[in-house]
Amino acid sequence: MPGKTLFEKIWERHVVVEREDGQTLLYVDRHLAHDGSFNAFRRLRAQGRPVRRPQQTFATPDHYVPTDTGDIADVRDPKAREIIEAIDANAADFGVHLFPWGDRRQGIAHVVGPEQGITLPGLTMVCGDSHTSTHGALGCIAFGIGASEVAHVLATQALWQRRPKTMRVTVDGALGFGVTAKDVILAIIRSIGTAGGTGHAIEYTGDAIRGLSMEGRLTLCNMTIEAGSRVGMVAPDDTTYAYIEGRPFAPAGAKWERALDFWRTLPSDADASFDTEVRLDGAAIAPMVTWGNSPQDAVAIGDAVPDPDAEPDADRRRAMREALEYMGLAPGTPMREVAVDKVFIGACTNARIEDLRAAAAVARGRRARVRALVVPGSGLVKEQAEREGLDKVFLDAGFEWRLPGCSMCVAMNGDLVGPGERSASTSNRNFRGRQGPGSRTHLVSPAMAAAAAVTGHFTDVRELMEGD
Amino acid sequence: MEAFTTFESVAVPIDIANCDTDQIIPARFLRYSMDDGGYDRYLFHDLRFDGDGNPREDFVYNRAPFRDGRILVADVNWGCGSSRENAVYALVANGIRAVIAPSFGDIHYGNCMKHGVLPVRLPRETCDAMRAALHANPGARVAIDLRAQTVTGPDGATHAFEIDPFDKHRMLEGLDDIALTLEYDADFEAFERRHREAYDWL
Repeated sequence: MPGKTLFEKIWERHVVVEREDGQTLLYVDRHLAHDGSFNAFRRLRAQGRPVRRPQQTFATPDHYVPTDTGDIADVRDPKAREIIEAIDANAADFGVHLFPWGDRRQGIAHVVGPEQGITLPGLTMVCGDSHTSTHGALGCIAFGIGASEVAHVLATQALWQRRPKTMRVTVDGALGFGVTAKDVILAIIRSIGTAGGTGHAIEYTGDAIRGLSMEGRLTLCNMTIEAGSRVGMVAPDDTTYAYIEGRPFAPAGAKWERALDFWRTLPSDADASFDTEVRLDGAAIAPMVTWGNSPQDAVAIGDAVPDPDAEPDADRRRAMREALEYMGLAPGTPMREVAVDKVFIGACTNARIEDLRAAAAVARGRRARVRALVVPGSGLVKEQAEREGLDKVFLDAGFEWRLPGCSMCVAMNGDLVGPGERSASTSNRNFRGRQGPGSRTHLVSPAMAAAAAVTGHFTDVRELMEGD
Repeated sequence: MEAFTTFESVAVPIDIANCDTDQIIPARFLRYSMDDGGYDRYLFHDLRFDGDGNPREDFVYNRAPFRDGRILVADVNWGCGSSRENAVYALVANGIRAVIAPSFGDIHYGNCMKHGVLPVRLPRETCDAMRAALHANPGARVAIDLRAQTVTGPDGATHAFEIDPFDKHRMLEGLDDIALTLEYDADFEAFERRHREAYDWL
């Protein structure tokens, strides 16, 4: 019998019903809800349905919460206020777990899940947010769903799915100095394209992936959806177990031992086969920066803005021209000469403690030349950073130190990049208008974002790091 | 959910590859519900309107007869990005019942069918040719027959498309997913008992 992949092992253990047509009713172990999930709760109320397994849903507000005030009275927009307040009422009325606004455990759902030990290997997890792929970093099947599916999960604790194909992305070798998980995932998306993983569940493997910390793996899996794939996974190993042990919702004592025994059976078998194989050389990856309006539009920091005229495909040529016009960039301009107006360090991609440490190491003893926001991913990340004195490093360097939330990644809480303004951002999407109407977003790692803040333009962070 | 059987309408060519759901509806409108009114304006808002809220004449959906189109013919990777189902609400608010494209973002594809909007995958060359024909003949119509799984283009040529049988059944009948799933209650309860034993550490 051929071996099984990590994905297949977990999937098969969660099949409630498989119809002859291949549609599968998949059991959902844990569901994360956020303030933006209000549509699903509203639908449940309208239909008079209860939440079937309230103890398996965990809610926290993130998209709409301001990051410059902890007072609801300061939220001017009545709709935003209503949405922030609705999560408290929904959690109370339906009996789901809640990490409310102001609680030290509150934060971005995709930071909170792993941090609280809600995310565990071998589980199925969903959330009404495309970046749910993040959680696969711990070796679970986690994917984003729409509001109707959220309502379905709340009402039934299951979801109709068709099994996706599998893709293995192997990154060999060792990453170079100053190269992070963010650069790796941008290099992967550039390589396979923004639709390269559509219809697939991706497993990341290879020495460069094994060598990543848990935070790095979370960054990697987070942006899997930008390659079109809803699911990105890394097989659990000692790095994973060390990260999980002792977290509030993780098993403990004898249960921990039994969980470990099970988790150790999960990695893909040596003879397992994947529908698609992709291989990259980790040693060849440099710090990356995007130039266009798709995460696949990425180049190494030492490169220049690409020239559409050199692109053979006519459709692609036109799309590149449109992107460069929107971004206000001329072909051939070295990326290092592109000046930025704003810097955002945060988002479910890069708002964990290790991200803040990397940015602070660059900011330390330097001065921001442009407005720079640092938004921790959760109250606990913020506390940890403050214990380490990172807040002081940022404040001394002229960066703003904010309260946790999604903030300027999706610009729904008032944290905006203005029309025509250019940002260096550690978020995951450089779509038109993503950070506010007319905003021009360049995706980078936390260290690269800090480097852009202290120099005022994109900079090869390795030059600043060598001086340390 | 409104059932989908056959549908015919003026079709609108949308020549944007990788048209993400942020383009279909910008994030700042997600706080509103369809009951708040004015939802139709959110569709393609920042592509359709300038900073002062005036329609951009160069955007195809602002021009007659395309403005009355209720089928979109799009480019590769339509609806990639954010899982926001509001992208489908914005389509529904404009009476759009189908999107034809070479490929779709996986989450958006599923979201469409929850609201009776049929996502149809046709080969890239077919979609490219269809969009060109719609530009050449504004107001040309496209017809979709879900039962037969065919699209009849503006030139009268018929193209077959694939759809998951279960999805097709739900669309044809306009079925509510939750009610359907609850019919499998006995299977669910049995599964969950076994699952909780096997995962007793959870």
